[in-house]
Amino acid sequence: MAHDVQHYNLDQKFDFTAATKKSIFTVLGIGAALLVLGIVMAMFGGSHDEAAAAEGHAFHWYERVYANLWINNVYFTGIAIIGVFFFAIQYAAQAGWSTAIIRVMLSLGNWLPIAGVLMIVTFFIANHDLFHWTHAYLFDKASPEYDSIIDGKGSFFYWPMAKGTFPIFYIFRMVLFFGFWVFFFKKFQQFTYNEDVIGGTSSWYKIRSWSAFFLIFFAVSSSIAAWDWVMSIDTHWFSTLFGWYVFSSWFVAGLSAMTLIVMFLKGKGLLEMVNENHVHDLGKFIFGFTIFWAYLWFSQFLLIYYANIPEETVYFIERLSSDIYGPYIFVNLAMNFVLPFLLLMTRDSKRHGVFLKLVCALIIAGHWVDFFLMVQPGTLGHNGGVGFMEVGMFLIYGAAFTFVVLSGLAKGNLVPKNHPMLEESYHHHI
Amino acid sequence: MERDTHFVTGVYEDEDVLLQAITQVRSSGIKIHEVYSPYPVHGIDDYLGYKRSRLPIAAFLFGLLGTTLALTMQFYMMKFDWPMIIGGKDYGAFPDFIPVTFELTVLLASFGMVGVFMVSTNLKPWAQPRIFDLRITDDKHVMAIDIANNSAVELAKIEEILKSSGASEVNKKSFE
Repeated sequence: MAHDVQHYNLDQKFDFTAATKKSIFTVLGIGAALLVLGIVMAMFGGSHDEAAAAEGHAFHWYERVYANLWINNVYFTGIAIIGVFFFAIQYAAQAGWSTAIIRVMLSLGNWLPIAGVLMIVTFFIANHDLFHWTHAYLFDKASPEYDSIIDGKGSFFYWPMAKGTFPIFYIFRMVLFFGFWVFFFKKFQQFTYNEDVIGGTSSWYKIRSWSAFFLIFFAVSSSIAAWDWVMSIDTHWFSTLFGWYVFSSWFVAGLSAMTLIVMFLKGKGLLEMVNENHVHDLGKFIFGFTIFWAYLWFSQFLLIYYANIPEETVYFIERLSSDIYGPYIFVNLAMNFVLPFLLLMTRDSKRHGVFLKLVCALIIAGHWVDFFLMVQPGTLGHNGGVGFMEVGMFLIYGAAFTFVVLSGLAKGNLVPKNHPMLEESYHHHI
Repeated sequence: MERDTHFVTGVYEDEDVLLQAITQVRSSGIKIHEVYSPYPVHGIDDYLGYKRSRLPIAAFLFGLLGTTLALTMQFYMMKFDWPMIIGGKDYGAFPDFIPVTFELTVLLASFGMVGVFMVSTNLKPWAQPRIFDLRITDDKHVMAIDIANNSAVELAKIEEILKSSGASEVNKKSFE
């Protein structure tokens, strides 16, 4: 019984076939068509808001494109970094059950370099249209639009330069985070694939040490990234648990993405070692962190609702009392908490693919809604909403993300064949 | 008064031998009453062919009861029985009720589950446990076979199968 693991072909590789590529590109094509349709509708159907136009705040269709770019940048960056994070957790916790699927987790990180470039480019193209704090007049005491609150927070973006000039501290953090995240991802990748060649336990020990450093860095950087990229949109407002809230949203979506890839690979007859016990554990993670997300969402909401302090409640009033965003608050809660909670409660639903795949897809769409609700009300106000443009952009990003991740996965063996805990993963039974 | 023999017990030294023995005994058509071991043996319930526990269903129903009770109680108290304005909210301010609802759900689910578990496994303080062999609290695994349940198989045959499946001792045991 001891060496059953040898019966498996441990050198299996994922063959990224033309057929799979074709279906990904079909989704991308549909997304692009919807996006173009959405843009055309926004260009010609748009702004009849003459009062706003007269004030010089006319709404432009491209603002909505920028907001959509930003939603998906933040969302898919999150899914990608969660793959690396969860990989690192396995090593730091010395977990054995996950060995057979550990490279699926890591593969999500392949998106990170692209995400970094997209994020920085989008920031420079869109900055005034997305971020209120980028306007120089807010920091000019002589200006009638001088804002003492934002002025007080200005150093967080502009230090060491003068406020209202170039947000060097903000850009520095963005580059630093992506730089380190990609660096750690490449390190992990290099060690884990090198392990296939050299064997032994040295790679495992090295990844464990690097994981510890990565986790410390990630703990701080994920929170600050959430303030920078999401919370700074509503510049006046702040919430102390926002970092955790965004992290939990990313985490559930990331877990769902890796579960879907595992199920996809199993459907192709790969990852033979992975059985319903491993899938069950992934399902439990999704179930648990779904509740964790709901807990954080509700903690943020309840304290603001109960204390009823105007500068805090503005965030929820902007969303709940809006005709456009109000319903999505409940859609968000239903898709990300109520339905997954009820659907994944039984043991069978976590062990058998169909249910789990359904819930994973639901969650991935659901957390997009979550980010939609974080980004759009502060950037577009009453000009936002879920339309062709939103669906199209989501499909484009989703297809591109899947393509990049799967091509990364196809480069090496799916299973780390010399991993010291491979045997434990094989015998995993719950 | 001479007592009838009710049970045959096989004593096993090793859990791997025990698991193989369970398969062998069951495949020869003998129904196993219960297996006792000093520590949890992983996967033994599959070998014994036990159905999954229905305890989670009880937990869910008790949780649901907790949710219902908590919401009913709070709405009744805060909206009808003694309406109070707290924090400038409506009388029936639903979000305020969630923390208490959560706590009562968890409380009733866990207490209910423990209660159901104790009743279903006969774990009451005055229960008289049947000890098949004192060494099951130390280092031996014991498989108990109820003779009345296996009337189709001869006693000598049962003993022989137990021996051949790796039991270090085969004993008889009866209770008042």
